[in-house]
Amino acid sequence: MAHGHGNRSNEKVVYVGDSRIRKPGPRPAPPDYTAFPGKSEAFIPNFLLKEWMAGVVVLVGFLVLTIAEPAPLGYPADPLNGSFIPMPDWYFLFIYQLLKYPYTSEDFIVLGTIGIPGIAFGALLLVPFLDTGKERRFYRRPITSSLMIVSLIASVYLTWVSWHHYTEELEKSGVVPEHIEREEKNKESIESGKGRWIPGKEKTVALVKPDDPAFEIMKKAQCIACHGGELEGGGAPSLRGIGDTLSKDELVDTITNGRANGAMPSFKGTLSEAEIDQVATWLSEQKAEAAE
Amino acid sequence: MFKSMYNWIDERLDVTPMWRDIADHEVPEHVNPAHHFSAFVYCFGGLTFFITVIQILSGMFLTMYYVPDIINAYYSVDYLQHQVAFGVIVRGMHHWGASLVIVMMFLHTLRVFFTGSYKAPREMNWVVGMLIFFVMLGLGFTGYLLPWDNKAYFATKVGMEIAGSVPWIGSYIKELLAGGTIVGAQTLTRFFAIHVFFLPGVLLTLLAAHFFMIRKQGISGPL
Repeated sequence: MAHGHGNRSNEKVVYVGDSRIRKPGPRPAPPDYTAFPGKSEAFIPNFLLKEWMAGVVVLVGFLVLTIAEPAPLGYPADPLNGSFIPMPDWYFLFIYQLLKYPYTSEDFIVLGTIGIPGIAFGALLLVPFLDTGKERRFYRRPITSSLMIVSLIASVYLTWVSWHHYTEELEKSGVVPEHIEREEKNKESIESGKGRWIPGKEKTVALVKPDDPAFEIMKKAQCIACHGGELEGGGAPSLRGIGDTLSKDELVDTITNGRANGAMPSFKGTLSEAEIDQVATWLSEQKAEAAE
Repeated sequence: MFKSMYNWIDERLDVTPMWRDIADHEVPEHVNPAHHFSAFVYCFGGLTFFITVIQILSGMFLTMYYVPDIINAYYSVDYLQHQVAFGVIVRGMHHWGASLVIVMMFLHTLRVFFTGSYKAPREMNWVVGMLIFFVMLGLGFTGYLLPWDNKAYFATKVGMEIAGSVPWIGSYIKELLAGGTIVGAQTLTRFFAIHVFFLPGVLLTLLAAHFFMIRKQGISGPL
C-alpha cells in the first residue's frame, strides 16, 4: 500500500466513502445458534435444500390442482343482470356472512363492518402489546389462546354457513354456476364443429324470410320487447337460428304454455291457436343453414 | 473465470459482507424438518414467500395479454385462457396461487401465534407481518375484479357497499375506490393499477422489512 499506510498488502482495504480513512474494525460475526441445543446447520445450502423439499411437495400439489381444475371464467359482466347471486372469494366469506345477522346489518351495519372485525383484527395486530408475558407455550397462556381458538372456530363456521347457503340457493333456483355452464357450452360448440364459443361474440344468424306475416304477429304480441326488434335477443334469448335447437312442436308448446317459471309468459289468450301455429312454423324455419 | 469476475466486482463494491449477511447464517435444529418432522410448521413462512414469487412471475406473464378496459378485459382473459400456449396453466397458477398464498400465510400466522414467537423482542415483526396479511387480502380483492365477468363485477359491488357503510367517510372511500359513483370503466383501471403497482410495491417493502428483522433478530428459540 502506498503512502505509508502499512504493508499488509494481502489484506483487502476498505475505505469510507472516497476518503483515505480506513473503515474501522471487522464487521461483527453473524449470530450463531450455539446457545440452542442440538445440531444447527448453515442456511445455504444445507437448510435451504431441506426447505426446498417441502416446497417441492407443495409445488407438485399446486400444479396438479392447476391442471385438474382450470381457473373459472363466467360470462362478461352485465350490470343489468338482476338474478346473479354475488359471491366473494372464499377468504372473504366469513365477513360476508357476518353482515347477514340482525345485529350486524341494517341499522347495526357499522357493528358488522367496523365494530366486530375492527376489534378482532385490531387485537390480532396488536397482540404482542396485549399479551406481554414472558410465557410462550400456548397452553400456559389460556386467555390469549382460547380467544384465538374461539375466533378461529367462528370464522370457519361463518365461512361454512355462507358456502352452504350459496349451494342451497343454487340448488333451489336450479342455476348452474356460469363458469361451469360456459365450459359445457364451449365443449358442445367445439364438438358440433362450430368452433370455440365465446359469450357475447356469437355469430348472429340472419333472419329467414323476414317478410313473413308471422313476424308481424310477433311484433304485435310484444315478443320483440324481450327478444329484440330483430329477434337478436336482449332480456330474453335470441331467436335467430332457433329452428336448430327447437322443433315446431316444442315452439308451439313454449309459446302456448310459457317457460322458465313465467319468465317467458304464456300466450294462450293473447294469440289464437292458428296464429301460434303460424309463428311456430316460421320460427322453426329459422335455421342457420337456411340463413346463409 | 467466475472467481476473477467476482473478485473484480468485490474489489469495487465489497459485496462479500452483504452476501454474508443474506446467506451465511446458521439454522437451529428445532426448526429443521430433517431432524424433527413436526418442524415442518416452520416452513410455512418460506412457502408463503415461494408462492408469492410464483404470483409475481405468473402475474407478469398475465399482463402481457391482459387489457384493463371494460370492453376487452373479459375477452383478453378468455383469449389467454383458451388460445395462448400454456395460458390456462399460467392463469390457473395465478388464480389458485392467490388462494394458496392466503392459506400458507394463515398457517404461518397460526404457527407464530401458538409458539408465542411474536413476543419481545419481535413485536414489530409481528405487526409488519399482519400488515402483509392485509395487503395480501387487498391484492385478492382487487385481483378478483380484473377478469370482468359477472362474479367479479357483483362481488366488487358488494365490497363497495360494505366500504360505503363505514360511518362518515364511507362514501368517500367508496368513491375513491370506484373512481366515481358506479362500478365501471374507472373502477377497472383503478383496481388494475392498485393490483399491479401500488399494492405489490407496498408488499415488497413490507417483505424487505419482515426479512430484515428476522435476519437481525434470528428465529425464536425452542419452546
